[in-house]
Amino acid sequence: MSGTTPETSATPGGFVSSVGQGIDYGRFLDCVHCGLCTSACPTYLQTGNENDSPRGRIYLMRGVVDGRVGLTPAVRRHLDLCLDCRSCETACPSGVQYGRLIEPFRVDMQKAEKPGWFQRLVLYGLFPFPRRLRFALAPARLMQRLGLDRVSEWAGLPRLLPGPLGRMYRLLPRLGPQRPALPQLLPATGERRARVGLFTGCVGEAMFSETNHATARVLQANGCEVVVPRTQGCCGAIHYHSGSDAPAVAMATKNAEAFPDDLDAIIVNVAGCGSMLKDYRHMGEETSGVGQDAVEVLGEFSDRVKDISEFLAELGLRPPTGKVPWRATYHDACHLVHAQGVRQAPRELLEQVPGLELFPLPESDICCGAAGSYNLTEPEMADDLVSRKVAHIESTGADVVVTGNAGCSLQLQAALRKRSRPIRVVHPVEVLDLSYRGVAGSSPFDE
Amino acid sequence: MASTQPAPDGTVPVATELLIRFRRLLGDDGVLAAEDELIVYECDGYVVEKKAPDVVLFPTTTEQVSEIVRTCNEFDVPFVPRGAGTSLAGGCLPVGGGVMISLTRMKSILEVNLQDRYAVVQPGLVNLHLTRHLAGTGFHYAPDPSSQGACTIGGNVATNSGGPHTLKYGVTVNHVLGLEVVMPDGQVVEFGGVAEGLAGYDLVGLFVGSEGTFGICTQVTVRLTRDPDAYRTLLGIFETVGDATQAISQIIAAGIVPAALEMMDQGIIEAVEAAYGFGFPLDAAAVVLIEVDGLEVAVDDEAERIIRLCQEQGAREVRRAETEQQRALLWKCRKQAFGAIGRLSPSYCTQDGVVPRTKLPEILEFITDAGERHGVRIVNVFHAGDGNIHPILLFDERDEEQIARVFRASDEILGKCIDLGGSVTGEHGIGVEKLEFMERLFTEDDLDVMASVRMAFNPRGSCSPGKMLPTAGACGMEHIERSHPGKQAAS
Ligand SMILES: Cc1cc2nc3c(=O)[nH]c(=O)nc-3n(C[C@H](O)[C@H](O)[C@H](O)COP(=O)(O)OP(=O)(O)OC[C@H]3O[C@@H](n4cnc5c(N)ncnc54)[C@H](O)[C@@H]3O)c2cc1C
Ligand code: SF4
Ligand code: SF4
Repeated sequence: MSGTTPETSATPGGFVSSVGQGIDYGRFLDCVHCGLCTSACPTYLQTGNENDSPRGRIYLMRGVVDGRVGLTPAVRRHLDLCLDCRSCETACPSGVQYGRLIEPFRVDMQKAEKPGWFQRLVLYGLFPFPRRLRFALAPARLMQRLGLDRVSEWAGLPRLLPGPLGRMYRLLPRLGPQRPALPQLLPATGERRARVGLFTGCVGEAMFSETNHATARVLQANGCEVVVPRTQGCCGAIHYHSGSDAPAVAMATKNAEAFPDDLDAIIVNVAGCGSMLKDYRHMGEETSGVGQDAVEVLGEFSDRVKDISEFLAELGLRPPTGKVPWRATYHDACHLVHAQGVRQAPRELLEQVPGLELFPLPESDICCGAAGSYNLTEPEMADDLVSRKVAHIESTGADVVVTGNAGCSLQLQAALRKRSRPIRVVHPVEVLDLSYRGVAGSSPFDE
Repeated sequence: MASTQPAPDGTVPVATELLIRFRRLLGDDGVLAAEDELIVYECDGYVVEKKAPDVVLFPTTTEQVSEIVRTCNEFDVPFVPRGAGTSLAGGCLPVGGGVMISLTRMKSILEVNLQDRYAVVQPGLVNLHLTRHLAGTGFHYAPDPSSQGACTIGGNVATNSGGPHTLKYGVTVNHVLGLEVVMPDGQVVEFGGVAEGLAGYDLVGLFVGSEGTFGICTQVTVRLTRDPDAYRTLLGIFETVGDATQAISQIIAAGIVPAALEMMDQGIIEAVEAAYGFGFPLDAAAVVLIEVDGLEVAVDDEAERIIRLCQEQGAREVRRAETEQQRALLWKCRKQAFGAIGRLSPSYCTQDGVVPRTKLPEILEFITDAGERHGVRIVNVFHAGDGNIHPILLFDERDEEQIARVFRASDEILGKCIDLGGSVTGEHGIGVEKLEFMERLFTEDDLDVMASVRMAFNPRGSCSPGKMLPTAGACGMEHIERSHPGKQAAS
C-alpha cells in the first residue's frame, strides 16, 4: 500500500497559476466526488460532458489550483459555461458550497484578463445606473409604443446591432410606460404589521417599475409601512460576478447605509439582486482589504433581506379576494430556489389567489439560461436552455408563467414572443396585486 | 493518444488514425481527447484509484456505439462504458487506458406503454427522470437507489442496483424485461422483450449485473410498477441497536413485508440532524425508518402491527409521518444521510456488505468490536430489511497510521460478512474495488465457470478489462495497486 494521499499522489503537471490560490482548500475537499449533483446541472443536462458538470468543474478548478492542468482555453470554456445557478448546491448532500468556489475563481480569472468593450460600456457603464439605463431605454420604449419595434424587427434592424447589443435588444420586455418613482414612504393599510424597506434595484427599476409599484401596493395591503430610500443603488451583482469585487463592495456599502436601522425587513422582488444582497457578508469577507467592521455592517444588512414571497409567506397573507381566473405555471428562478432556498413560499401565495389554476412545470427548477448577463455572454447555451424551458412551459397548457426574477422574465418573454400561442410572464406579486385590486381580466391578455 | 500530430518520421500514428475515425463518426463535439478535458474522467464515485482514459466518446445512437466498438477492436484498444459515474467500486475505471464510451447523450424515453406496463428507454436516462416522466400516470419504475437523482438506467442494469424499496419490489433484474446490447465484438443483439417469461436462456438475467464486462447496453425495456394506493411511514426510536435489529427481525417474522426498512445508528442520527434538523432524538441508539404500502384498508392495520412489535422490543417511541412533507423529509434524511457525514469527519470510507437478516445483530456487534479494537469510529446506515449493511469508517486521510487501521477494520468486517454466509457487496458491485475478495467469496471452480461465461461474451477481454473477475486482466492490467480509501461517497 502506498502511503500518499489521493490528493497528492497525482503527479502535478507543473502548471503554475495564481488563479484560485486564495480559495480555502478545504472547500474542494468537501466534494466527495459522488456525482449526485450532475443531473441537476443545466449545462450537463445539455451536453452530457462531465467537464460541464459541477463535479467536473470542481475537479477542474482543483486541478488548476494543484497545478495538474493549466488554465487552458478548454478549461476556461467549461468554467465560463457555468451559469452560477447553484442548482448543484441544492442537489449536493455533502453541503459543498459551489458558489464559494466558482465565484472567487472567476474573479481571479477575470482579473487575469481585461474586460471587453461590451462589459465596460454596457454591463458596467449602464446597468448599475437606473437613470442612465432609463435614458438608454427611452428610444426602445418609444419604438415599442409606436409599434415600430415590430417593423424594425421585421426589417432585421436588431440583427445589425453588434452581437451582444442585438441580443439585448431582443431581450427587451414589452416595456410598460415609465412610472414615476415611488415615494420615499408609503403608509400601511389597516393595522400596521411591519415596517419594511423596498429595494428597487437598477435593471428592475428601469424595466420593471410596474413590478415595484405592485410590490409596494401588496406590502401596503398587508399592513406594511414601506420605506423606499433614494440613496440605494445597484446590488453590485454584475460587477461581483464578472470579477470586479472592490467596486461591488462599494455598492454594497452604499446600500447598507441607505436603509434605516429600524426596518423589520428589506424586501427585494428580483431574485438575482436578492441573492446578492443576502451574500454581502460573504462578499465582504472574501474581498481583500475590507475590514471587520465593514463586514459587520454588510452582514447586518444581509440578515434583514427577504424576498417578497418569502416575507409574505412568513408574515401570513391577508386573504386576496379578487378572482384571477388564469391557467398558470410557476418557474423557479435559480437565484430564488437554489441561491436563497425559497421554493414553497411563492407557490403557497399563489395557491391563495382565487380562481388561479396552477399547473406543475416539469424541470421547474432548471435554469432558463438567463442567469444574470449569461444570456448576453453565452448566447448558444442560453438559447438551448430557453428552448428546453419553453417546451416544458408549453407542455403545461398554461397561459401565464409566474416567476420571481427579472432576468428570467426577460429571457422567457423574449423566447415566448416568438411563439404562435401567446403566453404571458408575470411576477407572483403582480398576481397578488391584481387579486387585491380585483382588476384581473378573464384572460391574462385582457388587461 | 491525445496528439493528432503526425509522428516525426511522417507516418500517422495509430492513435491519430483512430481519432480521425472517431471524429468522422461522431463529429468534433462527440470526441474528447485533450488531456485537460480527460482528467475529469479519471475516476467515478470511487476515488481511490485513478486512471484517465485516452479518449472519451459521446455516441447518440446504437449504430455509433457498435461502430466505436468495432473500431476499437480493429485497433486493439480496450473500451469501457460509463453512465453517470456514480459507481462506488471503480466500475468506470479505464484499466489500461483506452476508450471510454459515455452514454450520457443517449437519454431518451422511446416508448411508454401503460397497458402492457413497460417503458423503453435509452441507457443514459437518469433513473429519477423516468419516474418523474411517469408522475401522474399511476405507475413508476421501482428500483430506487439512493443515487437515483443522478445514476443512469444503463448503470443500474450493469450493477443490478437496489435501493430502499427493493425489499418489497426487488432489485433491477426484477424490473428489466428486455435489452438491446452492443456485444464486445460490435454485434447488436436483443435479449428478452416486452413480454414476460420468454423461451430460451435468460440472457437478460445474465447481463444484468455484469458490470460492463458483457457488452454495452444501448436500450432497456423496463417493467413499470403500479403506484401503491397508500403508504404509511413510521420512525421507530430505540435505546439499543440490539432492540432495533430485533424489532426488524420480528416484523419480518410476522409476515409483514414493508416497502422499506432502513436503520440509522446514533452517529448517523447526529450528522443527519445537524444537516436537516428533522427532530431526531440525539440520545437514541438507533432509529428505524419503516414504510408500508398497499391498499388503503391494509396499511393502517400493518402500521398498527408494526408499532406494536416495535413497542414489544422496547422502542422508546414510534412516530408517524403525518404529512407528505414530513415523509419527504424523512426520506431525504435517509437518502442523503451519507452526505451529512462530512460533518463528523474529514474523510470516510463506506463498506457495502450483506449478511442474512438474522445475522444483523451479530455483524453489528462485530462492527462495534472491530471499531474499538482498531480505534476507528464507525457509524451505520443501511437497508436493514435485506441485511445490506453500510458501515462507514471515519478517519482523517492525512494520518497514515489511521488509514492502515481503517483498512484492517474494513477487511475484518467484510471477512466476517463472508463467514456469516453473506457477501462483500450488496449493491455497489465488485468493480475494481472488491476484486481481491472474489477468491474468498467463490471457489476456484465457481470462478472458472464465471470466466468461461465471460469468455463467451467477451473473448478478447477488451470490454471493461480488469473488472469483476480477478483474472479479468487483459493487456497489462495485472494487479491494480490499491492505495487507500479516500474520502468517498456512500449510500
Ligand atoms: C451517494 C450514492 C448512493 C448510492 N446508492 C446506491 C444504492 O442505494 N443502491 C445501489 O445499488 N447503488 C448505489 N450507488 C452506486 C451507483 O449509484 C449505482 O451502481 C448506479 O447503478 C451506477 O449508475 P451510473 O449511471 O452512475 O453508472 P456508472 O457509475 O457510470 O457505471 C457503473 C458500471 O456500469 C457500467 N455501465 C454503465 N453504463 C453501462 C451501459 N450502458 N452498458 C453496460 N455497462 C454500463 C460501467 O462500466 C460501470 O462498470 C450509490 C452511489 C452513490 C454515489
Ligand atoms: S459537489 Fe456534492 S454532489 Fe457533486 S460530486 Fe461533489 S459532493 Fe457529490
Ligand atoms: S452553478 Fe449551475 S451551471 Fe454551474 S455547475 Fe452548478 S448547476 Fe451547473
